[in-house]
Amino acid sequence: MTNPDIALPDAEVLCQQLIKDVQTLIREKNLQKPLLIGIRTGGAWLAERLQKALSLPELGILDISFYRDDFDERGLSSQAKGSELPDSIENRDIILIDDVLMSGRTIRAAMNEIFDYGRPASIKLVCLIDIGQRQLPIQTDLVGAKLELESGKKVKLSGPSPLLLSVD
Amino acid sequence: MTRHSDPTQVQLTADGRLKHFLTTEGLSKALLTEILDLADSFISTQERAVKKVPLLRGKTVVNLFFENSTRTRSTFELAAKRLSADILNLDIARSATSKGETLMDTLWNLEAMYSDMFVVRHADSGAAHFIAEQVTPGVAIINAGDGRHAHPTQAMLDMLTIRRHKGSIEGKTVAIVGDILHSRVARSQIHALKTLGAKEIRVIGPATLVPKEMTDLGASIHYDMTRGLKDADVVIMLRLQKERMSDALLPSESEYFKLYGLTEEKLKLAKDDAIVMHPGPINRGVEIDSAVADGEQSVILNQVSYGIAVRMAVMAMAMSGQASEQAKQKAGDNA
Repeated sequence: MTNPDIALPDAEVLCQQLIKDVQTLIREKNLQKPLLIGIRTGGAWLAERLQKALSLPELGILDISFYRDDFDERGLSSQAKGSELPDSIENRDIILIDDVLMSGRTIRAAMNEIFDYGRPASIKLVCLIDIGQRQLPIQTDLVGAKLELESGKKVKLSGPSPLLLSVD
Repeated sequence: MTRHSDPTQVQLTADGRLKHFLTTEGLSKALLTEILDLADSFISTQERAVKKVPLLRGKTVVNLFFENSTRTRSTFELAAKRLSADILNLDIARSATSKGETLMDTLWNLEAMYSDMFVVRHADSGAAHFIAEQVTPGVAIINAGDGRHAHPTQAMLDMLTIRRHKGSIEGKTVAIVGDILHSRVARSQIHALKTLGAKEIRVIGPATLVPKEMTDLGASIHYDMTRGLKDADVVIMLRLQKERMSDALLPSESEYFKLYGLTEEKLKLAKDDAIVMHPGPINRGVEIDSAVADGEQSVILNQVSYGIAVRMAVMAMAMSGQASEQAKQKAGDNA
């Protein structure tokens, strides 16, 4: 249900731009062994693209189902698949990747989960789209595009290939 | 204890999600698979440095064991703790009920302590179902074994063991050996195996311990190991309860071992890559030879590990079903 009033950016173009920006980020911040971690499912698609393009040896996938803060309202997602992270994330520079940033609650849950695996040296946040409406003090280090939507509207990423944005 | 309704229905929400876990009977393949998938995820969270996830943080789980069981109770306790719930262990066999308090009085007192879930083991068939019908909405009941009726979490951890070691349950030949008559585990296993698509389910044991009704559940009956074990993919040994000797259902332990004890030699009748399972505690030299229990084909200790993951999965799903039903109720009240 795409809203014709909103011009949505091309997700594939944004992804290419993010690849360049992440490369620059790694160089400028001098991250020695950066670890990409994508949040299921959209963030994981983006993380896989970035890993390939940047030829990084490892990739982490995070499923935050067990860390959500709305269990009492929504219960558990039947899609909960579990996370796949490398054996140790101790002292790693993590680049956390998600598709759409809104309230910030997903990122809060993701960071809590990451700390149950170990103590990273740092975490940077990279998102394809930021639609504002933040409820927590969380911000991106890199973002593909910022959008303002009518209240009640959300952006969704479908994929993994091609990546496509839609509003519903 | 009288049953008032169909246990399959009592354990599901209006939209078909699990809200209690009482029996594997009548649950869909999709739902049983969901339990196994979720349990797989919980195996991986337990391999981390921090084994807990915050899913049931702030919830109170009560282990209500009217019958003793060290293994089942401790794996439920670990499962609750690894979901971040608080857990209270009550050894009811030695407490209030022995002073004359009724089952429901015990339960209402525990409810008054703001409990969110009861894990119930009871010697009467239907006890967990009875409690699920009486309990306040929002409180989940997990059956940890009721009489001869069901032991659904044991059955599901066995399904997970088969799936992880044999790839799937579909198309597999499974032999269940021993005291089928008194076994709630066997009943729950047969229901789950059937739903998940096992090719053949065989029950093997002496005629005194293998009821004919097993054929109604979809199992074939064998009185000798040679035919029963032939080409099996999975051999599940059941514990022989020693009190059965005094009931005159069996001649002697050594006689039983000779006929139905699993030895390396008998195991050769099954497929070369067959796995050997046992719900524990094992009686070495009665139903299983030590060489087999400790052998390469044995996955008995894996079963214990998977037991925690399966219990985490059903606890999370039942609490989730209760939460969503309560949220709907609240939304309906406000509308």
